[in-house]
Amino acid sequence: MVNLPTISRWGAIATVIAAALLLAACAKNPASEPGGLGLGVNGGAGAATPGSSQDFVVNVGDRVFFDTDSSDLSAEARATLDRQVQWLKQYPNVSFTIEGHADERGTREYNIALGARRAAIVQDYLTSHGIAGNRMHTISYGKERPVATCDDISCWSQNRRAVTVINGN
Amino acid sequence: MNLQLLWKRVWIAAAVLAAALAGGLAGSLPASALVEVNVTGGKVQPLPIAIPAFQGAGQDAQMGSDIAGVISADLKRSGLFVPLDPSTFTQANMSADATPQFANWTAISAQALVAGSVAKQPDGRIKAEFRLWDTFAGQQMDGQQFFTQPDNWRRLAHIIADAVYTRLTGEKGYFDSRVVFVDESGPKDNRVRRLAIMDQDGANVRYLTDGKFMELTPRFSPSSQEITYMSYDNDQPRVYVLNIDTGQREPVGDFPGMTSAPRFSPDGQKVIMSLSTGHDTNLFTLDLRSRQTTRLTSDAAIDTAASYSPDGSQIVFESDRGGTTQLYVMNADGTNPHRITFGNSEYDTPVWSPRGDLIAFTRRANGLFAIGVIKPDGSGERILTEGFHNEGPTWAPNGRVIMFFRNTQGATGGPQLWTIDLSGYGEARLQTPNFASDPAWSPLLN
Repeated sequence: MVNLPTISRWGAIATVIAAALLLAACAKNPASEPGGLGLGVNGGAGAATPGSSQDFVVNVGDRVFFDTDSSDLSAEARATLDRQVQWLKQYPNVSFTIEGHADERGTREYNIALGARRAAIVQDYLTSHGIAGNRMHTISYGKERPVATCDDISCWSQNRRAVTVINGN
Repeated sequence: MNLQLLWKRVWIAAAVLAAALAGGLAGSLPASALVEVNVTGGKVQPLPIAIPAFQGAGQDAQMGSDIAGVISADLKRSGLFVPLDPSTFTQANMSADATPQFANWTAISAQALVAGSVAKQPDGRIKAEFRLWDTFAGQQMDGQQFFTQPDNWRRLAHIIADAVYTRLTGEKGYFDSRVVFVDESGPKDNRVRRLAIMDQDGANVRYLTDGKFMELTPRFSPSSQEITYMSYDNDQPRVYVLNIDTGQREPVGDFPGMTSAPRFSPDGQKVIMSLSTGHDTNLFTLDLRSRQTTRLTSDAAIDTAASYSPDGSQIVFESDRGGTTQLYVMNADGTNPHRITFGNSEYDTPVWSPRGDLIAFTRRANGLFAIGVIKPDGSGERILTEGFHNEGPTWAPNGRVIMFFRNTQGATGGPQLWTIDLSGYGEARLQTPNFASDPAWSPLLN
């Protein structure tokens, strides 16, 4: 632990930024529950710059998860997307890409199409809740960009996802 | 590799039988009992065959040895032959001209013998010839002579292997062909995927794209000069056509959505592909000459992985319109789609055999992935191999051998290419520089 009385002002800021980056990095590897936010954030929640993609990932939740071969939105997924809608309304100049993904327990061509369907489902949800369509772009990576690489359901469930990626920032 | 070869090929007359008759062998078997590989039914008896180094003087000897090596490897990998160990050969200097001392070969159980020679010509070309012998009947079964550039020695070997394969199995050969595939390198969660092309035996690997953007699902045109594939260039995933020789590429169509899984029609005039808009993915064709696009399916479903029958009249594809992914066949104009697979399994990646008689597929059942074949009417399903992962079959030009990819497990695992004969025999891994997936076989090059 840093000895506070001797640390410089810049050192304090650096420490806070480092902590926020650490939290953001953790958010990329969510705890296993599909549909969950992935990371309960408190404490350092104020660290990310409001309106930044870090803020979005850490404080809102950038991804939703799906069941095998499915593109249905669970209750947790809807809750996450509701928070996304709120945030996106708060920062109306932000544009973003919705990435659709699938796990490796399917074939390449079908999973590319399934990822597209998942991204489209999220796109529909966001537009039907008032986010302008011209703010968003969708793309599917099929099963080709896993975040978790082990050969069992704990990893596959993390890969069946749609991720809202804030542009720029 | 330049495909404009200067071939000169002649068939050479059967060797004189007098020597064989004098050796007293021909009398022991009727002349019509020529050896052949039994490929009917489920059972295969791989044929023991002897392929000594092709004779060559001086520096030609190395090429002669290399040619025999390529032929042996081809025949072995087909699953239908057992090339015998050259260290057991007792007759030295087996040139194409000499009549073999058949007893030397039958003694080591060789049922067939390939004897050849290679000679550099004054004009720089090489002359290669071979004879294929039925050792037990003491008869020549085939004999051919070639003139070509030394650089083409591998294609020469494959063409000879095809001649031997055809003569002994009655089936068309497939060794003089190439495979385009996706080369995969780097860690599993950050792979570089780029297109590569190679001879079907793994030689002469050449990269077609640089991997800056992910490239997937390549397929050959019927002329083998072009490939169609999907690229994530500039984060806009769409279909392209690439000329292998010139390196020129152009996007196929201008669709309002992602296009993927492109394939050429058998006449090379159209590309069929999957277009994803909204929740659905449907099949479209684009005529490469007129640039006209035609929608073939319009379901609230995912329709993808389309493959034409070799006569161009029908298309097989996978669709989840019924709830699970199954195979459907329709006319090439999109009429009369009908389901051909049923039951609790799911079916993907259908590919129509160049012979028209079978459709190969990936099947998912009970947590396992299998490669199998089925008749176009949906009968006769047969599984060739099954395990944790197998995917994406492609047919060799003879409609007998299938190549597919199989992932090794774990975080450091990745896809590798395998081949297997329709009989289920000869499952063999193909060596590639890195991990490799998504193979697509060319037509025969000659």
